[in-house]
Amino acid sequence: MTDLALPAAAPATVAATPVATPPWRRRALAYLQAAPLTLVFLIFLVVPLALTGIVSLWEYNEYEIIPALTLQNYADLFDGCLSADLCTTVRTYLSTVKFVALTLAITLPLGFAVAYFLAFHVRSGTVRMGLFLLCTIPFWTSNVIRMISWIPLLGRNGLVNDTLRGLGLIRAPIEGLLYSDFAVVLAFVHLDTVFMIVPIFNSLARIDRRLIEAARDGGASSAQILRNVVLPLAKPGIAIGAIFVVTLVMGDFVTVGVMGGQQIASVGKVIQVQMAYLQFPAAAANAMVLLAAVLLMILGLTRMIDLRREL
Amino acid sequence: MDLPAKDLPSKPSRRTLLQGAAALAATPVTGFPAVHAAEPVTLRYLGTAVNQSADIARKVKEDLGLTIEYIPVVTDEVTKRAVTQPNSFDLIDAEYFSLKKILPSGNLQGMDAKRIKLADKISSVFTKGEVAGKQIGDQGTAPRKVFYLEGQESKKFAGEQTGWISLIPTVYNADTLGIRPDLIKVPVTSWKELLNPAFKGRASILNIPSIGIMDAAMVVEATGDYTYGDKGNMTKPEIDRTIKVLIEAKRAGQFRAFWQDFNESVNLMASGETVIQSMWSPAVTKVRAQGVPCTYQPLKEGYRAWASGFGIPKTLSGRKLDAAYDFINWFLSGWAGAYLNRQGYYSAVLETAKDNMQPDEWAFWMEGKPAEKDILGPDGTLIERAGATRDGGSFEQRMGAVACWNAVMDENTYMVRKWNEFIAA
Repeated sequence: MTDLALPAAAPATVAATPVATPPWRRRALAYLQAAPLTLVFLIFLVVPLALTGIVSLWEYNEYEIIPALTLQNYADLFDGCLSADLCTTVRTYLSTVKFVALTLAITLPLGFAVAYFLAFHVRSGTVRMGLFLLCTIPFWTSNVIRMISWIPLLGRNGLVNDTLRGLGLIRAPIEGLLYSDFAVVLAFVHLDTVFMIVPIFNSLARIDRRLIEAARDGGASSAQILRNVVLPLAKPGIAIGAIFVVTLVMGDFVTVGVMGGQQIASVGKVIQVQMAYLQFPAAAANAMVLLAAVLLMILGLTRMIDLRREL
Repeated sequence: MDLPAKDLPSKPSRRTLLQGAAALAATPVTGFPAVHAAEPVTLRYLGTAVNQSADIARKVKEDLGLTIEYIPVVTDEVTKRAVTQPNSFDLIDAEYFSLKKILPSGNLQGMDAKRIKLADKISSVFTKGEVAGKQIGDQGTAPRKVFYLEGQESKKFAGEQTGWISLIPTVYNADTLGIRPDLIKVPVTSWKELLNPAFKGRASILNIPSIGIMDAAMVVEATGDYTYGDKGNMTKPEIDRTIKVLIEAKRAGQFRAFWQDFNESVNLMASGETVIQSMWSPAVTKVRAQGVPCTYQPLKEGYRAWASGFGIPKTLSGRKLDAAYDFINWFLSGWAGAYLNRQGYYSAVLETAKDNMQPDEWAFWMEGKPAEKDILGPDGTLIERAGATRDGGSFEQRMGAVACWNAVMDENTYMVRKWNEFIAA
């Protein structure tokens, strides 16, 4: 990609200065062009991460953090993990990973279906864009509000339970609707499906229609076209969508907190509590482990789909 | 105008206060004291939203010409800011227990008791740990233990009366369980009812580790299983024991949800998701204001109390320091105290608050007597109809029955880890 971009920029300078640019200058120019983004990444990503990494090795007490080199924070984190009973950290990660899996399992088919409909079944471009924008309308309010709006619906005396009772379908209210795994997954699906729709739609929209016509001419059924033509070409979109969902769910603590009635653990919540209690090094250690976990998951995803080649 | 930029701190402050008081007495709206009106001082007031009322800011603007700029954050954030960003505020309203974290950081200055006009009138709850001459519960970070400092610059608590005060009390109260009397048919008299299986799936506890674990400790003691040396400063085995009880209850499905902020607790109770939970007094009032019956149930084991107060950052000096003292003196002088008492809190200097309340209000809120006429909140909303009495009774009955205080434990780090274990269980 970068190789392609360079010559496009170079002629402009050549035109300005009639003298041919020596190669070292061209290279320097390329670095110069990459510099702003590199700087942004350096200042806003690399430096904070490095600081977090360093702080995770420091000692702390109630009111200060002490520069020292200790692995105690990591030891505390995995305390008891070698025994038969699952330790807090493993338990917390398992719970979070479970939500990632469930959310992916629902948002992926759902997002794909919506994107497929938009890309292939809506003929008019205007209608398609209109419907696409419709998907983003919920984002006009904060995600906390979108989440909280479920509570009056799902509560013990909420709309759903009241309706079901009114219809005589149930006698006692269904308790598991709110403050449960179900509620958390529901909110995640509600909040995150659009992050699946957008990249998948983008991939699908770029599929050359002649490929599908060719497949049909070749005698492929609709199912075969979907499996052998559309799905492979939608892979980058699916991968990007999956990365969005994985990172959003792994790092979340608000949704799990509100919808789970604070009874369900999440890594983000643990970090938040530690921050609140001024245990920055412990929180930093937790953040580093979370980062590693998320990176591993994304690495796994990119192993399945070579994003760089596909784009 | 008669105040040079860097005047001696004590003299002008007393004068401005007198002027402020005079202006208040003569003309309630106009007549700003000349000194402050000339070059208005703004105080950045860090605290929780609960105490930061727009009415108080408006009133002090009228009386002293001071502008109060609120920085509302949650309880834990107050402590965090005080430790990490001590220059981001001019006045802090922090809970006494957080002093164990803030004071060693050296970011607060001891307040000169001589400059607090009503210092000797501050409730004996703080100065001696007594209510009406009787010693009250001292477990946890009781304000008495952290009220005095060894010196202005000291990072140590004195434990006895000195001329240096850590925090000047703003509000304090005694917390207990809130219940829905319409949904609970049996009488609730003990903390142990929180884990009574009869309320399975309908109980709640707050997800603020340092407070939640003390409520749990009240429950454990009430069941008679164990008596703590100090509920507010548990040993590691005591923490393990308490968390174990909580985990068992959680796995058995005792809790509907945990709550973390005021409004969550109101919604849980008002919607009937929970019928018994640890709660804060104004939350009970708010549930009732929605027309839902809710009782702030006095329990035989007593209350878990808390208190917060004004502190001054070390770096504050000159006119801002004077203004901070002026504001605190104004705060103790009665109007604000009456305002807070009407919300169900208690104020630092009760005498001056009494002068600013109607006799029937005082009788209802402070003496536990039936309301002579309808009781209105500070904003004019109806809180109780005539004839009602306050849950728990009078100041002496409620504050006198305090069993322990919100606390920071020595084993705080371990406690937080175990609490996370409880949440993950």
